[in-house]
Amino acid sequence: MGLDIRWPIGLMFSLVGVLLIAFGAATSDTDIYKNTSLGININLIWGVVLLVFGVLMLLGAIRGRKKPPTA
Amino acid sequence: MQPIHLAWVDYAILLSYTCFVIGIGFALRRYMKTSSDFFLSGRTIPTWVTGLAFMAANLGALELVGMSASGAKYGIATAHFYWVGAIPAMIFLAVFMMPFYYGSKARSVPEYLKLRFDERVRCLNSLTFAVMTVFASGISMNALAKLLHLLLGWNYDASLWICSAVVLVYVLKGGLTSAIYTEVLQFFMIVLGFAPVVFLGLKDMGGWDAIKVKLIGVAQNPAALSLNTKSFQSDAWTSAWKPILNGPSANPMGVDVFAIVFGLGFVLSFGYWCTNFLVVQRAMAAKDMTAARRTPLIAAIPKMIFPVLVILPGIIAIALASTPDKGYRLPPVAIHSSAYPQALADIKAAAGDVYEKTSKDIGLKLDKGKIEALRAQYAAKGMTDDQIEAGLQDAVAENDYDGIILSLVKKYCPPGLLGLALTALLASFMSGMAGNVTAFNTVWTYDLYQAYIAPNKPDQHYFRMGQSITVVGILLSIACAYFASHYSNAMDIVQLVFGFVNAPLFATFLLGMFWARTTGTGAFLGLLGGTMTSGLFHALTIASGNTPGIKGGYLTVVQTFPSEMAQNFWLASFAFAACFLLTLFISLATKRTKTDAELKGLVYSMTPRLTDKDQPFFLRPGVLGTILLLGCVILNIIFW
Repeated sequence: MGLDIRWPIGLMFSLVGVLLIAFGAATSDTDIYKNTSLGININLIWGVVLLVFGVLMLLGAIRGRKKPPTA
Repeated sequence: MQPIHLAWVDYAILLSYTCFVIGIGFALRRYMKTSSDFFLSGRTIPTWVTGLAFMAANLGALELVGMSASGAKYGIATAHFYWVGAIPAMIFLAVFMMPFYYGSKARSVPEYLKLRFDERVRCLNSLTFAVMTVFASGISMNALAKLLHLLLGWNYDASLWICSAVVLVYVLKGGLTSAIYTEVLQFFMIVLGFAPVVFLGLKDMGGWDAIKVKLIGVAQNPAALSLNTKSFQSDAWTSAWKPILNGPSANPMGVDVFAIVFGLGFVLSFGYWCTNFLVVQRAMAAKDMTAARRTPLIAAIPKMIFPVLVILPGIIAIALASTPDKGYRLPPVAIHSSAYPQALADIKAAAGDVYEKTSKDIGLKLDKGKIEALRAQYAAKGMTDDQIEAGLQDAVAENDYDGIILSLVKKYCPPGLLGLALTALLASFMSGMAGNVTAFNTVWTYDLYQAYIAPNKPDQHYFRMGQSITVVGILLSIACAYFASHYSNAMDIVQLVFGFVNAPLFATFLLGMFWARTTGTGAFLGLLGGTMTSGLFHALTIASGNTPGIKGGYLTVVQTFPSEMAQNFWLASFAFAACFLLTLFISLATKRTKTDAELKGLVYSMTPRLTDKDQPFFLRPGVLGTILLLGCVILNIIFW
């Protein structure tokens, strides 16, 4: 099917990753993490994980575009 | 329960997901030209995508919620639903059955039945399947709307209609491809949304070894958490096999080895994974035979390790609840709002046995000490109605197991991560609906509409029919959701009947695919007989603790099982045996209607073997399947 699914996956997780990083950075001085995530700024950490995953998917999609479709 | 307040970042995540799934639908619209594009994705989807979708189609939200609930109730033995009740069947489907499904060029499972047997078998299977998918998606949407209402305070009707509309848009535009793509998106959402919750829970409890120590105490005194009234051997929650080998009374599931291995591992599991069109449709969308056969094998890899994400949370929850200084309790069953006025009066009344009266009026098991303390506090200092209501809710001593996963999300997720976890949950509800609706519209269009109502029309006619029936399917699902929310008892009966229909199904496929002598009459009557056997079995048996009625035993009680799960596994075993024997003997007594040539590609002995010589040795389905099976055995040994 014409649309490579790695595009939407990559774009969405990169976007959500950036959102979490921004929110995590903005809230790093607040105490919202003390009662929930054991004092860890999980938004910042997990945002990075999501962003890395999203970018890897996008890289895969870009590589796939250069090759002729296999199907 | 107080609704959770979401921050802007949570809404932003929720909204981006919704935009992306709708966007996928619109992006796929231009590729939807024929009915085959719409119902079969034109058979062009890459293997890793169909593989993940194959697994994710079954990974609905009810599975997420239900598996963590069972993890708390039964411990690590819940993993049998994966390691015994899924992996072997998925491998069998890939290695032995897929060649016939894919090779026969059937477009659906009922169509295969028509090619192999006759119209009667197809009609029976497609009708029950169509009704079942609509109910399944209705049940799932009802659960979603209820959850959004309870958790976020959203309006029930609005939640139901908006979520259904989103599903409608993307399925209508992109057909099966949309459903498969969003299933893959949902798969990653669930993995990436719940992994941090599990990680924080593990870290909070000090790791797996510390949890195991806690669970010894839980197994010896499960009554402390209102988990069970009996006490069990110390590894009952942490060993998968040892408590089951010691018999039904030694494990909280109340099952024996035969029920697990034959009932769950063979009958129920093969009946679901090898014959349910909802999952098989994903493999049928693969681009060629090799890809179709690899689909269930690829799905088996994440399936094998998924207990970490779905069962472990339940186990973490009971470990947390048995550690007083963590300040966590298993969520109690919510008191129905209509019970409050009477219960408030009970607490405020000066005379009478307060515990007995409130228990009766609320209809749930309560903590006697807490109720008496509540009244003493009210008598001494006076309390507002809201305070008393909160006190009453806190005194409920029955667990709402289905609420466990959400209680952990609430406990560990700050704003941001909360949005991600909730989106994952929402995604799995919606993709559950999409999966059912796409399976429904295919079976309706190809197996009912084209077969019996309007044969021999141009392809565009069926393509348009598929789109219209998608709208109808969604509307029917919404109707079922309302039905489920108003008549939950009627819903239990509906699900029960589907259990009866499903239990014997694998016998029909097994004989049909591997024994050329099986006749259409044999298959049809065997299937009916098997279903009736389930009904009869249910009418004659009951699980201990249940009263005769909807839970079974309404004719007379011949046998009492230690648990509903045991009753269910044995029911499936009997239904399978009845269907198998009936099909066997009726086939021997009736004449074959299909010639050997007609059965080519449909029956094992009439079909040339696939040698897989063109594939590298380690990628052949048989070899891959063996490796996966070995992995599964190793997991069982580790958690023995």
